[in-house]
Amino acid sequence: MTYGFLDEEAKKEIRRSILKAIAIPGYIVSFASRELPIARGWGTGGLQVTLAIINESDTLKVIDQGCDGSVNAVNIRNFIKSVTKVKTTFSTKEASIIQTRHRIPEQELQEGQILVYQVPMPDILETVEPNTAKQKIMHANADYSKLWVLLYEDTSLFGDSRISNRYPVLVENRYAMDPSPIPKYDTLKLNNNKALQLFGAGREKKIYALPPYTKVEPLKFEDKEFLVENFEGKVCKRCKSSQSFLDELYNDDGSTSYYCNDTDYCDTYKEGKL
Amino acid sequence: MILDIKNLSKIFGKTCDMCLDETGAKPNSSICPKCKSIVGVNRVNLSLYKGEVLGIVGESGSGKSTLLQLIYQDVKASEGEIFIKHFKDKEGKTKNILDANLNELGDLRNSIMSMIYQNPRLGLNYQFSAGGNIAEKIICSGVKNYKMIRERALYFLDKTEIPNSRIDDYPEYFSGGQQQRIQISKALSSNPKILLLDEPTTGLDLSVQAKILDLIKELQHEIGFSMVVVSHDLGVIKHLTDITVVMKNGQIVERGLTDQVLEDPQHPYTQLLVSSIL
Repeated sequence: MTYGFLDEEAKKEIRRSILKAIAIPGYIVSFASRELPIARGWGTGGLQVTLAIINESDTLKVIDQGCDGSVNAVNIRNFIKSVTKVKTTFSTKEASIIQTRHRIPEQELQEGQILVYQVPMPDILETVEPNTAKQKIMHANADYSKLWVLLYEDTSLFGDSRISNRYPVLVENRYAMDPSPIPKYDTLKLNNNKALQLFGAGREKKIYALPPYTKVEPLKFEDKEFLVENFEGKVCKRCKSSQSFLDELYNDDGSTSYYCNDTDYCDTYKEGKL
Repeated sequence: MILDIKNLSKIFGKTCDMCLDETGAKPNSSICPKCKSIVGVNRVNLSLYKGEVLGIVGESGSGKSTLLQLIYQDVKASEGEIFIKHFKDKEGKTKNILDANLNELGDLRNSIMSMIYQNPRLGLNYQFSAGGNIAEKIICSGVKNYKMIRERALYFLDKTEIPNSRIDDYPEYFSGGQQQRIQISKALSSNPKILLLDEPTTGLDLSVQAKILDLIKELQHEIGFSMVVVSHDLGVIKHLTDITVVMKNGQIVERGLTDQVLEDPQHPYTQLLVSSIL
């Protein structure tokens, strides 16, 4: 078997798509999604991107909703490890490649790191326009009026956008991009990020990217604030941090407590290493 | 001159060298005898000045609506040129809008021209609320400020006599006449220089028809945009327009001041048209 499960031709093709995606930030590039030992829709896009760029000197971290220990993350990490023999880690700081599902790590990423997203639906216009041919024309024309109207209607009826995750963003004032279903809380972290961000959608056969230090802005009206989830007055029950995205969990007696969603952040904060 | 159309033609089907010469009002046919293509619009020349209202009349199949669609670029013309005063190339010269690229075309349709269709379903998006529909047009013309968008939408709904409280209702909950008025609000909200109307009142009852015509006329006086009105209803033409052209088989057979054309028609076909008013 070749290094990294995929054959060299496949990796070459995926790398070529990645390069094109990096060259046009936010633009969706098609690629030939390969068969993998896990089913499409379970992170095969992110997995193929990771397998195409990884080498023996890399250190890999895989998270699912901020957690290194959930089934999807564990399986993908074990799989990649078995076909590449790379070092794996739970630490955001030590990792050179972080494959993620639906979260951006709490700790700020650094230059040289690569964040690989698993993307279910790559085109944000899919939320307003079902016809893919029309979506392409709209992207070509930078016609995002339908996204704006959605925002307008939510604002007029509810005072603010109702989108809690997968919030539409504009890349370098050109392409509207789907940031994958990350919470609204993470949207601002996309902007001017020091790490290279790659997005892979295996089932939809699409790759797109944000090079380091790319301008990424959430879609919002000039006279409205962009509001994110508010955890004021709440702290993580385990590490006592009040600066992270919290999960609300129900206890056996029906009461609720809050825990950090990002497990590595929680561990690091608890050890006082932040 | 705000709109200048030169030798505009539209041929549906394959083209031969006889198409344009062998069809039209004189041969009394729109079908090319050689290649059987249908000639929708046949070498039409038109010009429109600022604030002027042009009427296009003719029987069904004469190419009125096609001509309007060619101007609004819903349909691509086969040949000819269309110039609009506000549409210029990099050197500042007016540019043929048939050569417009996708971005320029968007600009053209969003801020220079607006179209009001006979059927509100073509002009409105039924997935969006009345306010959303108007907002779409305003956003397209470049405004990204919520308060401004909302106020402008309310202003135009007010102008078209839709109660402000219904701004967030969906078009299907409005009556046919109200839907048409929402469509008018939408078309006007981007402050277009040219308004194109394709049978704006056909299918509405008479009292609503009169109301909408009065409204359009009033807004036209107030805002001062130029208009092209297509209708087979000579009453509408008489009420709204300054100048009129009569089309038959894709060609213009008569043109002149509206009252002149309707009171003293010269072309036999116009005479027939005028004499057949019920």
